[in-house]
Amino acid sequence: MTSASRTTEGSSIAHARWGSSVPWASRLQPQNLLWLLLAAILVVLILAPMSTLVIASFTDAQTGNWTLSNYAEAYGRARHVTALTNTLKMGAAVVALKLLFGVPLAWACTRTDMPGKNLVRYGVFGAFIMPPYLGGVGWILLAGPNTGWINRAWFWLTGATEPLVNVFTFWGLVLVTAIGGFFLVFVFVSSAFEMINSEMEDAANILGAGPVKTALKITFPLVLPAILGSALLSFLGAIALYGVPALIAIPARFPVVVIQLSEFFSFPLRVEVAAAYSVPLLLITVGLLGLQRLILRRKGYTSLTGKGGERRLVKLGRWRWAMFAYCFAVVALAVLLPFVVLLLAAFNRSWTAGFSIDNFTLRNFHYALFEHSSSQHALVASVGIGIAAATLAILLALCIAYIVQRRVLPFGQVLAFLAVSPYVIPGIVLAIGFYAAYALPPLALYGTYTILVLAVATRFLPIAFTTAVAGMRSIHPEMEDAVRILGGGRLSVIRSVVGPLLKRTLAGGWLLIFVLAAQELSTAIFLVGPNTRVVSVVLLDLSEEGRMEVLAALGTLLLLMIVAVVAIGVRYLGRDFMLRRS
Amino acid sequence: MDGLVLRNLGRRFGAFDAVADLNLHIKPGEFVSLLGPSGCGKTTTLRMIAGFIDPTAGAIELNGKLLSAPDGSVPPEKRGMSMIFQSYAIWPNMTVAQNVSFGLKLRKLPREEVRRRTGEILEVVRMSHLADRYPSELSGGQQQRIALARAIVVRPALLLLDEPLSNLDANLREEMRFEIKRMHDEFKITSVYVTHDQSEAMVTSDRIAVMNKGLLEQIDTPYALYTRPRTRFVASFIGRTNFIAGHRSGDLIDFTGFSVPMAAINGPVASSGELTASIRPEAMRLTTEPSSDENAIKLEGTITRSAFLGEAWDYVFRSRNSDVEFKVAAPPSEKFEVGGSAWLQIDPRQVVPITD
Repeated sequence: MTSASRTTEGSSIAHARWGSSVPWASRLQPQNLLWLLLAAILVVLILAPMSTLVIASFTDAQTGNWTLSNYAEAYGRARHVTALTNTLKMGAAVVALKLLFGVPLAWACTRTDMPGKNLVRYGVFGAFIMPPYLGGVGWILLAGPNTGWINRAWFWLTGATEPLVNVFTFWGLVLVTAIGGFFLVFVFVSSAFEMINSEMEDAANILGAGPVKTALKITFPLVLPAILGSALLSFLGAIALYGVPALIAIPARFPVVVIQLSEFFSFPLRVEVAAAYSVPLLLITVGLLGLQRLILRRKGYTSLTGKGGERRLVKLGRWRWAMFAYCFAVVALAVLLPFVVLLLAAFNRSWTAGFSIDNFTLRNFHYALFEHSSSQHALVASVGIGIAAATLAILLALCIAYIVQRRVLPFGQVLAFLAVSPYVIPGIVLAIGFYAAYALPPLALYGTYTILVLAVATRFLPIAFTTAVAGMRSIHPEMEDAVRILGGGRLSVIRSVVGPLLKRTLAGGWLLIFVLAAQELSTAIFLVGPNTRVVSVVLLDLSEEGRMEVLAALGTLLLLMIVAVVAIGVRYLGRDFMLRRS
Repeated sequence: MDGLVLRNLGRRFGAFDAVADLNLHIKPGEFVSLLGPSGCGKTTTLRMIAGFIDPTAGAIELNGKLLSAPDGSVPPEKRGMSMIFQSYAIWPNMTVAQNVSFGLKLRKLPREEVRRRTGEILEVVRMSHLADRYPSELSGGQQQRIALARAIVVRPALLLLDEPLSNLDANLREEMRFEIKRMHDEFKITSVYVTHDQSEAMVTSDRIAVMNKGLLEQIDTPYALYTRPRTRFVASFIGRTNFIAGHRSGDLIDFTGFSVPMAAINGPVASSGELTASIRPEAMRLTTEPSSDENAIKLEGTITRSAFLGEAWDYVFRSRNSDVEFKVAAPPSEKFEVGGSAWLQIDPRQVVPITD
């Protein structure tokens, strides 16, 4: 019997078992309680914040009555509407740039004989590890209008007085946002390229299609879903990203949604207006998802599951080095340049003073670690939140994935849907939802680590869930049946088979979430209290105070810790554990 | 009652009856196959016996103990059975020896006994030299042997086999059929074997239960099943056959173009009306001259198609006076030309009445 028919059989089993003939008493079994518990957790993490957000947007803050005044206030001013249109413009430009970076790199690294593929892969990996706001700081150091290193070099070389480049512009904002997230496009699209069976291309060749025609008619359409999916996520990421706009859009006097939202969150606090202002972001998300469905409907893109056998690489010939130069340029823009200037600033007394021995110092690190009021505490908090959120997300995801994949319970698909839904909720919107639902009494979780861990874990639950589902899929159900028929119970199944087999996959997913959670800013910005500050928030404060050297030092420390954890992971799991995820 | 008893067993998925009113008694030490096309309910039956699926009707008993009923079932881990899976289900995180000894350890046997019995069974399946290998380093056939050893070493009350050979290539499959047979002869474990491959079932089984659309069509020894199929489905699923329509008139049964005395026919016939009979291609002979055999039925006709299969000829013979066509098998030496005339000789004792 094929696995497909086994699955349908499984679903009908679940269906039949829960037919109306089952008396209510026998439904109250432990497995049911587990389902209820998991469902309750997901309601707490996802449904309650989101519904509170929507309800709050229609609630009068003073009287608690139903009202539209929040929307009137949110969109009543031209500046607020401009921020929304600006954000959409910026999002579109960022998506274009990310695709321009990510797709050629993915193609070059998977399907061509370009030299230095591993170098490029490491570069993209570096872009993943580097938090977007640190990239932004790097680019302020590089391309600030008067003191940026590029401009100073330009003044020195040409004697000009007008800056060559200025990061505090629309395109500066777009570039910095794009370099902070194009790795996602790369990962999605390169795994799609790796899934393509060369035989599909061979079949086109043998029927008379040349390389260009094959690329346009076969290869490109096959990776189109991956491109569209990553474009969608890139757009959502770009419009909801907080750090880079805070660094660049404010000085550039370019109002965007996230900055406007943070204004609603500053004195006087207007949560209901913020909620009303963020509901359109949710609607845009839903609209884009619908659009994606519309474009991809009916085409059996699921054929992208083949192993692909031996893939022939495209011979670039003379263009090999040109391709490499392009890839290297992208990596340089995204990682090398900002990282180098950040490192230099971290060891300088004054980053504007230029290279010299006199300028070298370790004071910035000493200050960041031991003198600054909150940064030492924040480093510990960031790592702690990373660990707690990653663990929580992975455990929850494993339970849900087991239930969904093994059809242990009815309505598993509902759980699965809930578990992946934060994927498309902008982080900042999720944070406002959490704030609205849990920050204030009766729960009064504002200013606790609990609310931070819960929100961050929720934000990355989809990554954990997809990891766990992929892991569960790789375990044939008969492996578990074999344990049971030989006399082992469900616990024995998990201890002796599922656990050992999933160890690596889950550890990989855990590390991935840890890296993202330890540097998370968009979710944290509205949820940190005076005593629960995390590194990302402290870094942003330092930039507002203009203390770039200390900021660079603290950023370097954060990177060091993340790299250390990743290095342990790479040692334990092999170096491709992050680039191979889908 | 000793052995495995399935009593009015049924399993309904929504509005679909996967298995209905199945009655079966498998004696201790017996090897029984559940044979049928995919979707016939054989795997569902096996998984109900294992306890992975609960029945919606009827009961399963083993050696007088009730195991499964609609209102409650013994879980698989408490049934003392073992099973060989289609995917082998060898645990990749354990070595060969760890895989094989897993069930023994669960039974909390002394370490020395676990070691001894693991060693013995690996000897039996000729895998001792690979005891410390991991499954990914083994071939499909070797993995199959490990699955066999793992299932047998616990001396199960019942051994279940779920299409264990369907992932092997043809040569290996033939070898493993005899391996399974040898294991059964050696350990005499009561076994239920699910397959859709009739030759697999015929090589291994004491009896074969043919299932179709959730119903048991017939259970018999391989020989009886082949020579005396009771239904149209069984006759056509096991081997190839010719169906001929006839009706009863007095002591004769009239088929198109010939008739057979009631007494000569193999099997019971309804007292009146229409009937269908099955004649195997091997139950007939082609000759150039009419046979002198008094009892044989003789038909004159032409050869309309022929194919040489190596071990036999495959002919289609068309009767001259009725235009009925028969598939006929002949030894390689008996060569006939397409279009040429021939005589068909039918042994009436091999004309088997069947029900539709």
